[in-house]
Amino acid sequence: MTALTDPPKESFRLSMLINDTRYRSLTFQAIALLVLISAVAYLASNLMANLAAAGLNISYDFLGDPAGYDINQTLIGYTSQSAHLQAAWVGILNTLLVAFLACITATILGVFAGVMRLSNNWLVRKLMSGYVEIFRNIPVLIWILIIYAIMTVSLPAPNAFRGDSPESTMLLDSFAFTNRGIYIPSPIWGAGSIVVVLTFVASIIGVFAYRRYAKKLLFSTGKLLPMGWPSLAILFVPTILMFFIMGQPITLDYPELKGFNFRGGLKIGAPLIALWVALSVYTGAFIAENVRAGILAVSKGQTEAAAALGLRPGRIMNLVVLPQALRVIIPPLISQYLNITKNSSLAIAVGYADITATLGGITLNQTGRAIECVLLLMLFYLVISLGISAIMNTYNNAVKLKER
Amino acid sequence: MSDTHAQTVAFVRETALPPAPPPASEAGVVGWMRQNLFATWANSLLTVAAFYVIYLLLSGTLPWVLNGIWNTDSLAECRETLQGQVAACFSVLTERWHQLLFGFKYPPEFYWRPGIAFLLLFLAAAPVLFFDLPRKLLIFTAIYPFLAYWLIWGGTIWSPVFVALGIAAGYVVFERFGKQSFATGFFGGIAAAAVVWMLAGYITPMIAPEQPYLEAVQSRDMGGFMLNMILGVVCVSLSLPIGIALALGRQSSMPLIKWICVVFIEFIRGVPLITLLFVANVVLAYFLPPGTTFDLILRVIIMITMFASAYIAEVIRGGLAALPTGQYEAADSLGLDYPQAMRLIILPQALKISIPGIVNVAVGLFKDTTLVSVISMFDLVGMIRGPILASTEWNGVYWELFSFAAVLFFVVCYGISQYSQWLERRLATDHR
Repeated sequence: MTALTDPPKESFRLSMLINDTRYRSLTFQAIALLVLISAVAYLASNLMANLAAAGLNISYDFLGDPAGYDINQTLIGYTSQSAHLQAAWVGILNTLLVAFLACITATILGVFAGVMRLSNNWLVRKLMSGYVEIFRNIPVLIWILIIYAIMTVSLPAPNAFRGDSPESTMLLDSFAFTNRGIYIPSPIWGAGSIVVVLTFVASIIGVFAYRRYAKKLLFSTGKLLPMGWPSLAILFVPTILMFFIMGQPITLDYPELKGFNFRGGLKIGAPLIALWVALSVYTGAFIAENVRAGILAVSKGQTEAAAALGLRPGRIMNLVVLPQALRVIIPPLISQYLNITKNSSLAIAVGYADITATLGGITLNQTGRAIECVLLLMLFYLVISLGISAIMNTYNNAVKLKER
Repeated sequence: MSDTHAQTVAFVRETALPPAPPPASEAGVVGWMRQNLFATWANSLLTVAAFYVIYLLLSGTLPWVLNGIWNTDSLAECRETLQGQVAACFSVLTERWHQLLFGFKYPPEFYWRPGIAFLLLFLAAAPVLFFDLPRKLLIFTAIYPFLAYWLIWGGTIWSPVFVALGIAAGYVVFERFGKQSFATGFFGGIAAAAVVWMLAGYITPMIAPEQPYLEAVQSRDMGGFMLNMILGVVCVSLSLPIGIALALGRQSSMPLIKWICVVFIEFIRGVPLITLLFVANVVLAYFLPPGTTFDLILRVIIMITMFASAYIAEVIRGGLAALPTGQYEAADSLGLDYPQAMRLIILPQALKISIPGIVNVAVGLFKDTTLVSVISMFDLVGMIRGPILASTEWNGVYWELFSFAAVLFFVVCYGISQYSQWLERRLATDHR
């Protein structure tokens, strides 16, 4: 007869802490915790001693003091008497502005170059590989400086536009390319312009609604409504009609040369353009590689199967290849957006007032609050990064292959 | 019945025709062009557009480069020689090459030292990069870091020698005890190295000669492309082991260790390198013991290494995740413990998968070393933006200087990426 008995209880020995897999992980974690706590305590005590020696303390009061410096490109109200906090807000908005612009242009450039690298045309293929290799292998800081040099050295100064026979003329009488930046007409929002804008927003929603309806009709009855021209019509016709009904409330303010500089219009400063263009062409080269890899990842059989079903090339691209390629393209694409946002901190090299230049640059130097400023700076970028990756993960989960 | 059967045909060919060359339109240059450049009319249009772009690029740059002037002393003199012609003034490169490469404070009579260290770098890297070479060369690779440090920084030879001795002692202890228990060997090795270093701290000042064979050069005198190379090489080689450790920590089943690694990696990856350099520049000093002064280069190396290791950790985590679970199970079933399984089975495969990613990080890191110019260190870009463009002789030669920097970085980065592609082909052991 067999009777299962528990193995005799071993008494706990100290060596089991390191040799017994049941306890070993606990030992290691305890050691790690101990090391971590002592390291943090050591650093904190150093910090306290250093701060005490320098007569400083950690305080964020300086954010309320007047900043005392000017910022050349602001999206919100700001004067040199505004608080440091306001300067930081200006910087944050400027960072988001350049990141947003660069994301759009880099995507366009990258998709174009990526598709062109797969072209049948040998010359175009080589030209695009040249673009990708050259821009990928040279630091983005050098690109920013080169494009800033183009802006400031090669373009004419505003006074070149003066006189009866000026050296330079404005494009279409409304765009001026100068070494201080590009001047473009800015819209003036008159009374009733809000209605026009609201109409436009409503038409955008209308386009989506129409496409959704058309898709539903296609899936339920098999009848295919035209997509292209009705969308365009819904998008523009009501807005234009409303624009004239309301009596043309939106007018343009053209830049004009007055004295030594242009007045009126909207000025896009040279640093912003240099940063924008450099980030776009640099990241565009990386995006091109992602796009190429994504399209190559869709097996050729898919295209052939779709063709065998009788789909035309445009449909094959839209319905079969792109949905599968996007699954491969989107995650690295979003990391590239993140890279653009982080690389926009290089604005400090050309004097564009982003958050690194205002909070991490001038404010830090003026107040000497190094720890607080750098901490806030890191916090800002962390929030952005974590936000973007949260969106990315949600999207990834939505489109990833559902297996079993 | 038809009359045209074999018997009635008057003549039947009895010898085969000699193979004819393909039609001119399908072979040679013409055929290649028809297939690759002018297949359809849209394709032809693209070709013409591409030719136009190439023409624009070349017509803009070629005269500028070819007519470049190489032997004047200042921009004014160069402009005079050119007499209004549009061409490059490469003389800034011939006159300031030493500043671009070594920075403006490194003593000129010692330029041979970093030069030799640079050449030896190839010798040291060769057995690591090309594993067909005799394994004995790895001994030189092990010596190289100390030799290079001594060559570039100079000073007494005893400090690098004792550092090397400490590491050797740690390695010997690890070899001796690591066989039985990894933890004993590991911590024993660290303890042994620490003992040697502490002893060296007492001995070195006593035996160091008054006048060292190689005169000491201060860290703050380093600059130019040399600084980029130092930062790039040191940070990549340091971040690789740390990155592996972080990746393993993130995969670990121990929640505490896992979370420390996750927080570290996500934090570092979430902030731009510039802010970390700000930390190195202005904040790190607050966290060091009062009264210590820490070399700026060392602080920057610490921060860039942390930065790179977080990225490498993610790449290696990808490699670890790509391994089939069967490999882990196989290691377990062989009775290997964790360090053995990792060292012998998991990591070799995971690292092979991660090579492209690691090289990407390395190239990106090397490019990012230019960012130190933002915290006013005089690396290659810092030299160009600072002393050279600010000097009265060369105020205004943007193109030549930036092109030089661009070419230098392109050569190195493109070389690395070509090497990694060769390595991928070489390591492709799965026959597909």
